[in-house]
Amino acid sequence: MSEAMPVLEVRGLRKSFGAVDALVGAELICPAGEVTALVGDNGAGKSTLIRCITGVYPPDGGAIAFKGAPIGFASPTEARALGIETVYQDLALVEDLTVWQNMYLNREVEHGIGPFRWLDRRRMIAETEAKLERLLVNMPPVRAKVRRLSGGQRQSIAIGRAASWGSALVIMDEPTAALGVRERGAVEALIGRLRGEGVAQLVISHDLEQVMRISDSVWVMRRGRTIARWRTREVDRTRIVAAIAGAEG
Amino acid sequence: MMPAGAAASRVPAGIEAVLRDPGFWGDNAAVIGLLVIGVAFSLLTPFFLTWGNISDLLVSASILVVLATAQQFAIVTAGIDLSIAANLPWAAVVFGLVYTGGFGIPAAIVAAIAAGMIVGVVNGLIIAKLRVNDFIATLGMLGVMNGVALIVSDGQSFSVSSPFLQALALGSIGPIRYFYLIAIVIALAAHFLFTRTAFGTHVLATGGNRDAARNMGIPVDRMRIAVYVINGALVGLAAILLVARTGGSDPSLQTSQLLSSIASVVLGGSSLFGGRAAVLGTVAGALVLTTLLNGFTLLQVSEFYQPMAVGIVVIAAAVLSRLQR
Repeated sequence: MSEAMPVLEVRGLRKSFGAVDALVGAELICPAGEVTALVGDNGAGKSTLIRCITGVYPPDGGAIAFKGAPIGFASPTEARALGIETVYQDLALVEDLTVWQNMYLNREVEHGIGPFRWLDRRRMIAETEAKLERLLVNMPPVRAKVRRLSGGQRQSIAIGRAASWGSALVIMDEPTAALGVRERGAVEALIGRLRGEGVAQLVISHDLEQVMRISDSVWVMRRGRTIARWRTREVDRTRIVAAIAGAEG
Repeated sequence: MMPAGAAASRVPAGIEAVLRDPGFWGDNAAVIGLLVIGVAFSLLTPFFLTWGNISDLLVSASILVVLATAQQFAIVTAGIDLSIAANLPWAAVVFGLVYTGGFGIPAAIVAAIAAGMIVGVVNGLIIAKLRVNDFIATLGMLGVMNGVALIVSDGQSFSVSSPFLQALALGSIGPIRYFYLIAIVIALAAHFLFTRTAFGTHVLATGGNRDAARNMGIPVDRMRIAVYVINGALVGLAAILLVARTGGSDPSLQTSQLLSSIASVVLGGSSLFGGRAAVLGTVAGALVLTTLLNGFTLLQVSEFYQPMAVGIVVIAAAVLSRLQR
């Protein structure tokens, strides 16, 4: 691996919706094997930035580079094909399907010839087990329907699914906002394990204690602009709060 | 009989544990109901549990099984097909007109299934592309196709008879009548589709959580159109069976078949909110409804009591299904 080539690099990104300037100069760098935290008040432009990175919105100006090459995603499908996976707050899990069916949703492994194809259930079940076992402390049964799982287990499966498709960048929007303390711990442990495997992770979080616990760098957005960036270990909560509020940067 | 929940989710050891789990009763309401009704009728009359009667019962359930499977495809995407009541006679009329016009049985079969599919395509396009609620779209098509069927047939029912139709209605392979052989094949194929194919999984995902399915790159609009096309083809097939059984094409609405098809799916444990397909439960549901009518006839209960009994069974099943896991 070349020295510190970031997985994702965003420069001077701009995006307007009519008269509203949602992004006026967003910057971001996500290196491999690091957790990058993106913080800022509601309306600071975090979600718009994420949607530009994942191909939902085409940016008006600026540049996005993925593994060093400039990209202009036309659709979320293209972003996914390149290895950018997003875990939205709604998790995109189908409750009436099993864990393994969700894991392989629209990526099914099949037997058969020509138009006659059927699912290779045994293989998908075994591989779901193998993939999740590596990542999760508390493995839910992969044959269980998602409906029967706890919020933390669901979150873990959504993240595990995003991470297990050879993705280079996993983006998480408030991954623990809806969870209790113990389940939050399990999800944070999962994020730590993914970091160990070299995945670049971008986490939007309002929980600054969590940002301090899990991230390697912190990027602060305010009014559509990136106004501050630090290595997490070189900053404290008070300064981040001040930056979010506009007192610094 | 029901592989759905019980086999998939590693039930703790012991039959007792299974029986204590309310989810077991909820998931298998139709099968349990069928057994209870079956045992009751066999105790009440010696004529019920004879091969002749069971075979008759299966034959009269066949059309409903095919229609209920068609309905299942709509309901699994959180939709519903009210237009079945008009699509069925429309396809039957098309079958009759093509056959009596001298084009032969193969052409009539293709025409009937195509006629059903066209209605499915229109339903699907109205629902997925014009964003009209399933209930409203198919309610509209119910009226439209009822009118079309009346217009092309001039409002008259007419007899359609051919050696092929007679063989279809009365013939058998050994003790197995063609009629329910077709229904069994259709139901098993639908069960296979939902549980063993990527297409079926995508349909279930589209019904269970449309946003999630879209997020995962599944073309949800195309899925919703596809289920109505399959639904229409199955209604076309049911129309052929109907012509074979009644010996003619009748353009009038088949309202009771519509209601029974929905009742069968609900009895079978599929959620009206979509995402869950219990095809074998749906078959059991159709058998419950048909068995009730059969038993009442054997017991010479006035036919006025039959719709009441069917209604009570449907409500009871809906209550039971609240126990579903």
